[in-house]
Amino acid sequence: MIVQVFQYLAGGLMIVGGLFSLLAAVGILRLPDLYTRMHAVSKAGTMGAGLMFVAIAVVSFEVSVILRAFAGFVFLFLTMPVSAHLLARASLLAGYKPSSATDITDLDIKELEE
Amino acid sequence: MNFALVSVILALIWVVITANTSELNLLLGWLIALAALWLVRDQIITPRFFQKMRWVLALIFLFFFELGHSAIKVAILVITPNMKKHLKPGIIAFPLSVKSDIEITLLANLITLTPGTLSVDVSKDHKILYIHALSADNKEELINSIAQGFEKKIMKVFS
Repeated sequence: MIVQVFQYLAGGLMIVGGLFSLLAAVGILRLPDLYTRMHAVSKAGTMGAGLMFVAIAVVSFEVSVILRAFAGFVFLFLTMPVSAHLLARASLLAGYKPSSATDITDLDIKELEE
Repeated sequence: MNFALVSVILALIWVVITANTSELNLLLGWLIALAALWLVRDQIITPRFFQKMRWVLALIFLFFFELGHSAIKVAILVITPNMKKHLKPGIIAFPLSVKSDIEITLLANLITLTPGTLSVDVSKDHKILYIHALSADNKEELINSIAQGFEKKIMKVFS
């Protein structure tokens, strides 16, 4: 009985996680430039992958698997903002212009670190 | 700060990551943990450690709450039919009150996870953080909410 409850819970988590990953992909297709696309990937994408880890932890019933799923979850959430930030920064320094709708009046490109 | 306890926790993390529960592997993990702690011995001895741990936990909780919130918001945005109309992206200059590198790093990472904001870069003098926002029509409000929320909490942890 309790095993089934956990299995349904894990199934639900995987569906929601898959949905977030799908919406992250839709975001990459629909959003206008790299900066706005990074929003979709870094938030919805990480959420999707993170929920998959939680689903594994819920359904495995094995301490070593649960702990490693948890470790994967933590590392994912530690590295994701850094990579999103690095991609945005690299493209800004490389001279990739934000989409024409973007308000960049506050930005002083000379002030950025090389 | 209890070195013995931390070294044992680090050794257990080592066992978890290497997925090898033999005693020999535990011993190896413990030795590596001791070496790592020895390297940072000056930095981790601070007063009021446990009080700060409470702020750290509050920060972690806020982090996950905001991430869920922002993931849902972005997901809704990308399936809105006339998305371009709702999208007013902009780059905002956020004046930093926090000073040290670790505080700025933490704040930048947290900002990336809040709804509609993404850290782009820090100015040369470490006084301004440039943030890309999905809806930048109200800059003052956004700057205020970050300064009152994350930045204040980070200052409490590191003060």
